[in-house]
Amino acid sequence: MSKTTHLNDAQVAEIGRELDAIRDEVLAQRGASDAAYIRKVIKAQRILETGGRAALFASLFPPAWLAGTTMLSFSKILENMEIGHNVLHGQWDWMRDPEIHSTTWEWDNATPAKDWKNSHNNLHHTWTNVIGKDRDVGYGVIRMAEDEPWKIHHLAQLPMTFLLSALFQYGIAIYDAEVELVWRKEKPVASAVDHLRGVWKKVRPQVARDYLYWPLLTGPNVVTTFAANATANFARNVWSHTVIFCGHFPDGVSQFTEEQIEGETRGDWYLRQLLGSANLEGGDFFHLMTGNLSFQIEHHLFPDLPSNRYKEIAPRVRALCEQYDLPYTTGPLGKQYATVLRRIARLSLPTPVREAVTEMAGDVQAA
Amino acid sequence: MTSLLQAAARFTTPFLPDDYLTLVNPLWSTRELRGRIEAVVAETADAATIVVKPGRSWTGHRAGQYVRVGVDLDGVRHWRTYSLTSPAHRTDGRFTFTVKAIPDGLVSTHLVRSAAAGDLLHLEPAQGDFVLPDPLPRKALFLTAGSGVTPVMGMLRSHRLADVVHVHGAPTRDAVVFGADLRARRSPAYVLHERHDDDHGMFTLDQLEDVCPDWRDRDVWVCGPGPLMDAAEVHWADAGLTDRLLLERFRPRLLAEPGEGGEVVFTRSATTVDAPGSTALLDAGEAAGVLMPSGCRMGICHGCVVPLLAGRVRDLRTGEVHGDEGDLIQTCISAAAGPVELDL
Repeated sequence: MSKTTHLNDAQVAEIGRELDAIRDEVLAQRGASDAAYIRKVIKAQRILETGGRAALFASLFPPAWLAGTTMLSFSKILENMEIGHNVLHGQWDWMRDPEIHSTTWEWDNATPAKDWKNSHNNLHHTWTNVIGKDRDVGYGVIRMAEDEPWKIHHLAQLPMTFLLSALFQYGIAIYDAEVELVWRKEKPVASAVDHLRGVWKKVRPQVARDYLYWPLLTGPNVVTTFAANATANFARNVWSHTVIFCGHFPDGVSQFTEEQIEGETRGDWYLRQLLGSANLEGGDFFHLMTGNLSFQIEHHLFPDLPSNRYKEIAPRVRALCEQYDLPYTTGPLGKQYATVLRRIARLSLPTPVREAVTEMAGDVQAA
Repeated sequence: MTSLLQAAARFTTPFLPDDYLTLVNPLWSTRELRGRIEAVVAETADAATIVVKPGRSWTGHRAGQYVRVGVDLDGVRHWRTYSLTSPAHRTDGRFTFTVKAIPDGLVSTHLVRSAAAGDLLHLEPAQGDFVLPDPLPRKALFLTAGSGVTPVMGMLRSHRLADVVHVHGAPTRDAVVFGADLRARRSPAYVLHERHDDDHGMFTLDQLEDVCPDWRDRDVWVCGPGPLMDAAEVHWADAGLTDRLLLERFRPRLLAEPGEGGEVVFTRSATTVDAPGSTALLDAGEAAGVLMPSGCRMGICHGCVVPLLAGRVRDLRTGEVHGDEGDLIQTCISAAAGPVELDL
């Protein structure tokens, strides 16, 4: 009997086999058209980047500022989400192109690629939504589950979420240093400092690029270009934060305890990825801009399949869920994000207090 | 130029100016040598010469050398080695290499049958020691068969040699790659003996005395299928003339009996594969998507070496099992002999 669902072991194993078959099918088809796809996206991103930077040479002129900022924002989002994140997953390693390979890629993000591959590919994707194991659940600052003990600072976690959203890439990079473990004396200070030094080494040239070199190069437009670059970075932070929080925290998504995953089989692991992830609904352009994380379920089942393939396998994964009466969480971005914020607000209060408050409200209504 | 690119990199970090320049023209890459196919010229029914315009970092070649060519087929990059066949000092900066389509040969078949002008090729600088010395040999013997004629063609086109005997074997007259070119070169200084298997039977070295009685006085370049090369090694060794012999192999000579394979861990790539004892670690890694350094793929150039972290490997040519921690392993001719860890 599965510890997380109503299914028996044989059914879980069968789901595992079905999902393996989907994976094998994609692997067998993977070829020239996929390679052409990623090269096209990379090319488009670099053209957008060039176009955006060029438009900002006239950034004193508001339409040019708007055009430049928009292009740069889209470029930065594509670069992190559809390109960087997926390349670092090794989704394109099979092409054997050293220029599009997880071991050589570096991205425009505060977290160095090497650290990301450990904290994200290894920890988050292995321990998805296991409280106490998956550090992406609340990133150490936001209480995302009833099972997590309540602390006084959780009272401020809704505004904290918006702050994290605005500075998302820096938040992630710092959280990777596991400062909260240092605070709890579970990790030596020196190792966190070493880590942060690596982050600084990565961040410094990127900050200089956006806030010094490019603004100065645009001469009299220095201030407006600076503002444009800050806006583009802000837009990417907010967007990626929103998409990523909608991946694992909306209503309907399960969280797991360490006891539940003891002795987990391949089928159980697949099941946990299915139950612990949520998709987003939208058009092709929307999917592209989320880096196909709008297919978070498919991405978590098959993190190393090329992202352009998630869309075509999604209906089959969904059908499998229906066949076995499993939830397949999906919805439009606005609705999903609202449920995430509601959860964050709800969990900012300790559970007993909240129950008392709810009860009182009920009494008032009844009276 | 370099300092300009370094300055520009401050504006493109974490990417390189290269990443943008190559959008305009892929040949401008400073990181990776590339070339564009300008023409594909049929030589025989199964062979073609590819004319390439290389990127700026191409530094030329010496006649007899080979070039490593990377081709993307169905999205996957494949590297092969082909002999350069153009004169070493072509004034237009182009070079040619010549390919014979081998049955089931993915890359060779593509290059001969499907490649077209405009296609992009990935390249590495010319390599190889199968070249003529300076000063040129007074008397030379070229012993070639099949596509083994290609490096020799490069030599004949690049150098004016005083006294050459060239014995070349091919299945039929029509199958002789560069047949017309070779025949047109006949002169007192260039004596060509064509041996067509269908007419004369397969050429063997005991017939050498008949076609080239003074073979003992000549420096010898041999290129062709494995058995010919093996026979030549024995023949010249028996005559005590090994130092006059230079061989060019296109494939490593492999053992008939490979051993047991094992699990191979590429530690830095976090990839594990189950490799059979007959599969080179290079092939096993490439198949798993690991970015393997590679070179000649026949155990000569050491372009593929990787530090061994644990386990032992088997040399596919000799069968010798070897390897201590830290050894640099030639992955192209080594297979796993039990579990292996590589620092890659």
